[in-house]
Amino acid sequence: MTMIRDIFKRNRERNGPTIPSKAAKDVPEGLMFKCPECKHIVLTKEMAKLQKVCQKCDHHCKMTAQERVESLMDKDTFESIDDHLKTGNPLGFPGYTEKIEADSKKTGLNEAVLTGTGKIDGQPVVAAIMDSHFRMGSMGSVVGEKITRAVELATAKGYPFVIFTASGGARMQEGVLSLMQMAKTSVALKRHSNEGLLFISVLTHPTTGGVSASFASVGDINIAEPKALIGFAGRRVIEQTVREKLPEDFQTAEFLLAHGQLDAVVHRHNMQKTLSSLIRLHTKGAVAHG
Amino acid sequence: MANKAQKSLPFEEPLIQLRKKITELKEYTQNAEVDLSAEIDSLEARLENLEIEIYEDMKPWDRVQVARHPNRPTTLDYIPYVFEDFIELHGDRLYGDDEAIVGGIASFKGQPVTVIGHQRGKETKENVRRNFGMPHPEGYRKALRLMKQAEKFKRPIICLIDTKGAYPGKAAEERGQSEAIARNLVEMAGLEVPVISIVIGEGGSGGALALGVGNHILMLENSTFSVISPEGAASILWKDSALAQTAAEAMKITAPDLLEMGIIERMIPEIRGGAHHNPVKQAEFLSEAIEKSLSELNPLNPDGLIDQRYNKFKAIGVFTE
Ligand SMILES: [Zn+2]
Repeated sequence: MTMIRDIFKRNRERNGPTIPSKAAKDVPEGLMFKCPECKHIVLTKEMAKLQKVCQKCDHHCKMTAQERVESLMDKDTFESIDDHLKTGNPLGFPGYTEKIEADSKKTGLNEAVLTGTGKIDGQPVVAAIMDSHFRMGSMGSVVGEKITRAVELATAKGYPFVIFTASGGARMQEGVLSLMQMAKTSVALKRHSNEGLLFISVLTHPTTGGVSASFASVGDINIAEPKALIGFAGRRVIEQTVREKLPEDFQTAEFLLAHGQLDAVVHRHNMQKTLSSLIRLHTKGAVAHG
Repeated sequence: MANKAQKSLPFEEPLIQLRKKITELKEYTQNAEVDLSAEIDSLEARLENLEIEIYEDMKPWDRVQVARHPNRPTTLDYIPYVFEDFIELHGDRLYGDDEAIVGGIASFKGQPVTVIGHQRGKETKENVRRNFGMPHPEGYRKALRLMKQAEKFKRPIICLIDTKGAYPGKAAEERGQSEAIARNLVEMAGLEVPVISIVIGEGGSGGALALGVGNHILMLENSTFSVISPEGAASILWKDSALAQTAAEAMKITAPDLLEMGIIERMIPEIRGGAHHNPVKQAEFLSEAIEKSLSELNPLNPDGLIDQRYNKFKAIGVFTE
């Protein structure tokens, strides 16, 4: 929560999805893509083929939930669920409903996570893909409910559950209800786990606050994309508290790997293959008891 | 735990003024030997009314102040009055012993229980040692170790929540603060024994929730449970932490708010003006609430307890289909 502003700042610096208006005037907006990291310009179409990884500096640019589906799932296998759930305004925050509607229009999603069933390399999964273009990927009641229902579906079907996290944390406008979504998703994950089913958490930029401190961190396998920002408390808050300069790579995927918090950092171009192997290794040829 | 004079809070100012006036009049009567007893009686009646007026209609920000009162009873203050034979158990067996969370075994009306709670300090030195009740990962991991131990020996678990939140520090991040909190949420979901989580002071975000996945969540009348502090909310919403008072109202963080939202099972009444006015009596209220919850949860079998917890949290959220 406390780091929401930090992430806004960071995103402005690092993640312009398409060329901002003040960029080169002769480049038609939408047609070209400028890497927010190294400013390398490439055809948007080309960038999509590269799964939005900069060919010059290898920066993993932010993806929408739909782009993620396309890059992972077998063609035409993904079927979304719970797109009809509608966010309320439980605390009566002025302008909240309008903000949700605007982001819904912008992203084509009902909330900050897309859930559904699909196949990865022929293997069925239930997936939840968070989209940071929607309210910073923050978790309110609908995000919690959609993830919980997706986990329940995976439990009922006996499928692996795969989540791609991208979130600034709990959604402040829903107050303590958003905090409680951390517990709600957890009780569902426990049931899934008790059935001996696989849960893979893929942490992408950024995964912070309440999302980091709940489902994102408790996969059977936790993997992250390179350089993703992952952490609980915001960098600025920590700097103010401990009164020391934090290392440059603090709270990056690589930092977490070095501190034993991740199983692996996986390049986006290897993600589909890695997930496919992991799923296969968890579903085929296990020791049969009794 | 003595019933001594307490630091007063801003909203109590009218009471302080009136009490002062009564004291002055009484002193005057003694020295001047005039009879002002009628006036004094009338003022004391007014004081009684004013106390009711102020304490029976506490605003969210008043409650925040009471929840943060330096003399508000802490976990270790309550334990000797609520439980018998408490034995503190230390350490997470992985890295260290976080004194921002205490835990151990005790007896509650004859039944062995595990008690775990956040622990603030009473003065600066203790606060430094206990990190102002803001845990590091070791604290959550110690709590989980004690919960699993309780489960093995079939003891109910009582968690007392009282923290501003997880500690925003470098070491806490390096040692997996996120994972430690997340792990507690998932593991608490599966505990085969009754879990009662009681907010006794501030219940701040993930650091509080890490002890909060109970079959029942109870809150003391003047405690708070929130996703972010009122100051933090104000600074994000309006770029001005001075608007904390407004944020305290907007964020719906008080016990009556959470009761209304269906997040907590019960609100535990407080001594008029706040628990710090009479911790011993307050401990009795706490005992009664624990007894009531245990009498409802003790009869459930392991699956029943897990299902009850599942259904409780599954139902939390506001949306339309
Ligand atoms: Zn680049």
